[in-house]
Order: sequence, then C-alpha cells, then structure tokens
Amino acid sequence: MRRFETRWGILMALPAILGFAIFTIGPMVASFFFSLTDWQIGGSPSFVGLDNYTRMADDELFWKSLSATTYYTLGAVPLTLIVSFAVAMLLNQKARGLSLWRTIFYLPTLVPAIANVVLWIWIFNPDFGLLNSLLRQAGLPTSQWVYSEQMAIPSLIIMSTWGFGNTMVIFLAGLQGVPRHLYEAVSIDGGGPLRRFWHVTLPMMTPTIFYNLVVGVVGTFQVFNQAYVMTEGGPNHATLFYVYYLFRKAFTESEMGYASALAWVLFMIIMVVTFLMFRNARRWVYYEMAGAR
Amino acid sequence: MTTLAARERTRAKGVAPTQGLRRPRRYGRALLYVALVAGAIPTLLPFVWLVRSALMTDSQMFVAPPEWIPRPFQWSNFGEALTAQPFGLYLVNTVIIAVICVLGTVFTCSVAAFSFSRLRWKGRNVVFALLLTGVMLPYAVTIIPTFVMWQELGALNTFVPLTVPAWFAGAGGGVFNVFLLRQFFLTIPFELDEAAYIDGASPWRVYWTIVMPLSKPAIIVVTIFTFIGTWNDFLGPLLYLQDEEKYTLSLGLASFQSIFITQWGYLMAASAAVIVPIVALFFFLQRYFIEGVTLTGIKN
Repeated sequence: MRRFETRWGILMALPAILGFAIFTIGPMVASFFFSLTDWQIGGSPSFVGLDNYTRMADDELFWKSLSATTYYTLGAVPLTLIVSFAVAMLLNQKARGLSLWRTIFYLPTLVPAIANVVLWIWIFNPDFGLLNSLLRQAGLPTSQWVYSEQMAIPSLIIMSTWGFGNTMVIFLAGLQGVPRHLYEAVSIDGGGPLRRFWHVTLPMMTPTIFYNLVVGVVGTFQVFNQAYVMTEGGPNHATLFYVYYLFRKAFTESEMGYASALAWVLFMIIMVVTFLMFRNARRWVYYEMAGAR
Repeated sequence: MTTLAARERTRAKGVAPTQGLRRPRRYGRALLYVALVAGAIPTLLPFVWLVRSALMTDSQMFVAPPEWIPRPFQWSNFGEALTAQPFGLYLVNTVIIAVICVLGTVFTCSVAAFSFSRLRWKGRNVVFALLLTGVMLPYAVTIIPTFVMWQELGALNTFVPLTVPAWFAGAGGGVFNVFLLRQFFLTIPFELDEAAYIDGASPWRVYWTIVMPLSKPAIIVVTIFTFIGTWNDFLGPLLYLQDEEKYTLSLGLASFQSIFITQWGYLMAASAAVIVPIVALFFFLQRYFIEGVTLTGIKN
C-alpha cells in the first residue's frame, strides 16, 4: 500500500462516496424520521411516534394498493420469465437471419416508457383499439381492458410482457454458456430434446432464472408510470399501485409523514421478499462450483 | 441443438447422412421458423398499429372492421402533432439533460471504478461493498427527502435535481455502473500501471492514458444505459419541472396525451417521434446494446 495510492484512491472514490451519503443514506435516514411525524409541505413537522404505521392497518387504500401491486407482480414476472425464456430458446437455435430475429424481439424494449403507455392506451381502446378490433373480426368476445375493474391488471400484465427483451437477452447469454459436452453426454445416452432440456438446460439455467426473478420482482413491485398516465389508479382503485399511492399521498395530498412511512414499509417488504427469495434459492438454484455462493 | 451441430460436422466430413436423420431435421427447421414467426407477429403488431394510426385520417381510423393501409397517407399528423406542443424544445431539453448526465456518470463512475479496482487503500473493499447496497434500494424510499432537499435549496423547476446526482457517480442505482466498469478494469493487465508508475506517472495519468482508452466497450455500454435511462425517465421530470418550456419529451408526451386524449392520429405520430431516435440509436450501436444487457446479467 503506497501512500500516493491511498491519497488518490480516496480522492477518486470521493464523488461516489459523497453521492452515496447525500443521495442514498442521507435520504433514507431522513425519510425514517419523516415517517414518525405528521407533516404537510410548507408546514413544520410534529412528532407523532409510530402513528403513521398504525394508521396503515386501517387504511383500506393501503391494503388495496398492496394487493393490486402483488397481483400485478405475481402475474407479470412469471409470464415475462416464461415468454422470454421460450424466445431465448428459439433464438439459441441456428436460424437464418439470427440478428434480424433478435432485433425484432428486442424492439419493444426500446420504446420509451411514456410512449409505450400512450401506444397501449390506444391498443386497449374498447371501441377502435387493436385488441378489440381483432377480437371482433375473429368473432370472439371483446373486453373493456384497462377500463374494467376485473381486466385492468391482466391488461397491464399483457402490456408489460410485451417488453420482455432485456430478460430475453440475459437468458440468451446464459444459454450460450451451457457447456456443450453436457448435451452430448445426454445424446450419447440416447436422450432426445426433451431430456436435454429437462436434465441439462433447465438445471444449468437456474442461476440466470434466479437473477431475472429477483430483478423482475424488485422492479415490477415499483411500477408507477402505467398507473399515473394510463389509469390514474382506477377503475375503482383496481390499479392503485403502491408507488403511485405513495406519490399521491406525498405530492398531491401533501402528507409527507404518512408517505414516508409508506416508503419505509415498501423498503421492508422488498428486503424481506428478496431475503426469502435468496433463502429459497438454495433449494433450486444450481451452482457448478459448490460453495461458490 | 448439439446433435444438429454434430450432424453438421459429420456432414462436413463427407459422411452422407441417412434419410432417417435428415427428415426430422427438416421438420425441426420448419417448426423453428413457424415458432419464430408466431412469436414475431404479436411482437410487431403494436408497431404496425402505431405506424398505421400515425399516418391515418381520423375518419379512416374509426372504420370497422379496421383498415391497415392509410389512404391517403396523412403525413400532416406529424407536422401538426409536433407543433401543437413545442416538441422541438422538449427534445433540446431532453438532450441537454441526457448529455450532462452521461458525462457526469461516465466520469465519476469510471474514476471511482479505477480507485476500487487498481489503487490499494485501506477500507477500499468495505466502502465498495457498502456503496453496492445502494443498488438494491427502492427509489421510492429516497424521493421524498430528496425532493425536500432540492426544495430547500431552491432548485425546483430547474435541471439541477435531474443532472447533479449524475456527477456523484449516478447516485443510488447508478452505482451499478461503478460495478460494471470495475469488472472491466480488472481484466486489464496491472503490469501497465506498474511500468507507468516507475516512469513517474500519477494515478490520474494511468487512468486517463492507459485504463480509459482500453475500456471503450464498457464506457459505451455505460453511455448507452445512462442515455436511455435519462431519455425514459418520467418520475424525475414530473417531480421537478413545472414550466412547460422546461419539459422533457416524456413529460411533454404525457401532457400532450392528457390534452389530445382522443386525437389518436396526433398521439401516435407524437409517440412515434419519441420512439424513432432511440430505435435509430439502437441500429447504430446494436452490438453494444446486446453486449451491455448481457454484461449486466453477469452480475450474479
């Protein structure tokens, strides 16, 4: 350890360290203190202890937002995983024009979030939208999509699955890392494609599946844009997603204290869920080097 | 698929494949293309719908059953939509914010990554591990205090809250870029640094003249992700920008949507105009895009 290394080392890491202090740890601690107060923007905060947290227990909309978000996550994450895994399997074959196919399936991921929402409002339009037009032409029953309380979340799940490209590319990278000799071993033993999938591909892909699962759950749980631009939490609070509810409490109703408590509860939910996923991972995720993780 | 490759190899060696082997292979090929096309149709249909609607007159749009080819091509939708609100100005704002964010993120993240990978100092690994926990933090936990902070500093309705955090290594989730760059820096031979230090170079010189020029692919990846992240950001501009002349494209499009709520031709034309630059960027930098997503996946 040379002296100039220490000096330069700290100097060069300084922006990152300061950033962490100012924009991560500082606000986190601050939001915990805010959560113990009753505070409107412009007014001064008054200490109320854990009142905001106990209030949540009786807040119907809090529970509504929690269940809507959970429902959405439980639908969107597995569906996206399945679709992107299946497409990645296809793209891992030696098809002609591979880069063209890859581009096609990646394209929806490139659509900026708000343009995506605006496009899907039109696709979901009950009268002249793409989905109902097609259904009507095929003589099938149509739907009110995001305008119906029952169909709102399933509609948003369909919409989110369309942007499966990033998950797919990560699966594709994983698939290309599966050692070929394992497939050959199964083939020599007379195993067909199903066997190869079940005994080689799937086990070897569990770390990648696990990674996409964790990233997917953490990201999906914080869904916001669709609720803000498309549904405004409706109909009848069906799409009142957690972060949208938090946003409304903080910046529309100016209840900074209560909103901060909501933020901390969200933080704890995500921590607990992530922890459980990691604990559960030992049972089904396969790591080649025992004890590597 | 390995058997396919194996067969290909036997074939290359001049061993004639038997009929029995050939037929399932051909079926398999056909099935593969059927599956690819079957997947591509629903993937592309929304784009077709977007383009078709962007180029249609309202009267043709509301015909049942729906028509797919605009007659006539209503190019004026674009002109009218993009001048109904100052989208040119939104574009300039978005680009300004994105460029400042990219410069800040690339600079501060690469400097930090250099420190965490190639300089030895006490507590380095502990500090790095601590910073990485920021990646897992839900953004919602920090938005309220951060908002209050900028309000106290009188920075609301400026680009400051949207750009300054980028100059602190992206702050929060941006730490991921430090991780990515560090991983890349670790693959560069350390002998290069040592030789430079013997010649009396400073760490800054090593960073700037040795490590950075050798890390172009990783820097391009960070650039792309930061650019797209800023381009797509909605909550940030929504929280901090009030005056319409400061809007970004995302915010402008959302407000446009709430005003022209039933003017589908305009809405689709405006959406298409927001999508096109990113898609164009993708076609130029395709290799790095896919590489970048893959790099992020290696995290585990």
